[in-house]
Amino acid sequence: MIKTDILIIGAGPTALFAVFEAGLLKLNCHLIDVLAQPGGQCSEIYPKKPIYDIPAHPEILAGELTEKLLEQSKQFSPGFTLGERAETISRQDDGKFIVTTNKGTKHLAPVVAIAGGLGCFEPRKPNIKNIERLEDKGVAYIIKDPEVYRNKRVVIAGGGDSALDWTIFLSKIAKKVTLIHRRNEFRGALDSVQKVQELKNSGKIDIITPAEVTSIEGNNFLKSVTYTTRDGEQQSLLTEALIPLFGLTPKLGPIANWGLEIERNAIKVNNALDYQTNIPGVFAIGDINTYPGKLKLILCGFHEATIMCHAAYKIVNPGKRYVLKYTTVTGVDGFDGTRKEATKNVVKSIQ
Amino acid sequence: MKSNELDISLKIVDRKGNVHIVDAPTDMGLNLMDIVRMYDLAPDGTIGVCGGMAMCASCQCYILSPHKLLDKSDEEEAMLSDVIEVKRNSRLACQIQINSDLEGLAIELAPAESD
Repeated sequence: MIKTDILIIGAGPTALFAVFEAGLLKLNCHLIDVLAQPGGQCSEIYPKKPIYDIPAHPEILAGELTEKLLEQSKQFSPGFTLGERAETISRQDDGKFIVTTNKGTKHLAPVVAIAGGLGCFEPRKPNIKNIERLEDKGVAYIIKDPEVYRNKRVVIAGGGDSALDWTIFLSKIAKKVTLIHRRNEFRGALDSVQKVQELKNSGKIDIITPAEVTSIEGNNFLKSVTYTTRDGEQQSLLTEALIPLFGLTPKLGPIANWGLEIERNAIKVNNALDYQTNIPGVFAIGDINTYPGKLKLILCGFHEATIMCHAAYKIVNPGKRYVLKYTTVTGVDGFDGTRKEATKNVVKSIQ
Repeated sequence: MKSNELDISLKIVDRKGNVHIVDAPTDMGLNLMDIVRMYDLAPDGTIGVCGGMAMCASCQCYILSPHKLLDKSDEEEAMLSDVIEVKRNSRLACQIQINSDLEGLAIELAPAESD
């Protein structure tokens, strides 16, 4: 069981800044994120896009913002559970929450702050009848263990980076890889596109374009897929595996079942006070919350994170008073033993 | 009756099939997705998720009128090749800037991905 003061769901900019603000109050944080790296949308969707409305940064790349926030929060030694999705929440008799991920990792904390942004990024599923029935029975949206595909016939659907990369990788171990894409053009790193072209030229893989997988067949296990070309012609292809790779799309996910008051795909919070949800001890900050006048801006998330931390302090330290201090005056004492402070002036006569 | 001479009139069919005739200002640097949000024609969180960078497909729409629109950028083309429910007349509303040539444009919002 991972124990912490504030358990943060999400690891985007708002979550990362909350770690810093919590640290100033001597509160520990642990973050859970379904993505494999911290940064949320900023690292996953648009790391190379410049942002112009971060105070004191006339221009900063989203990826760079993530790095700087990580650097700022590092001294407070946050814990991370990455690549896992917060699945369930329950409350103990002592009022503390237990949050369990889809992989069974348990976290215990008196305060939970949901900084989930747009929600969990989940693979975009193609609109194919009965596809759910054959998920994990030949159909997979994420490749967990490539060895599963050794000596198998594999169909990959999609035209982006991951479709190209996995085509290249699986061509080495699978019996046959067929790449099906709606268009003739593929988009990805130049060397990946060239490599796939070489594989096609040498007959190591098949590419079928422009076409789309429109139905799948199989009872207990996938047996074949049917694709439709742009002229409407249908063809069937025997295969043991179908891997649709159509990017990620955000969903609110299991949080929707936590008993929180949800309005327009966002969590309602008390913005007059501290961004607490209808469940005392559970807060929602950043893009995932809603209240009258809400603006989905990173800078508003920073403010909400700060207010939340001060409310969390009162929950973690009941009855204890806190007086706001400024980092310019007190410096910053990291949990890792580091100390940052202004250089001291000396009073010394000059002869 | 348009409230402003710089406004154009658009016909937008929402995801439930309701038809809305709305005024859209041409002088505010808005795109078609902004107009849909401005009039609340699709719930928050189901439109403009990426903020208008052609990096999600939550504002996918079908162009119903014969207006000649600017060609798709590579980013828009690539995103539309990934999404579901795509049709020949699919566009990302965030990539269509509102200008006077769009007077009378009719669009239908594509189904939400989260549905």
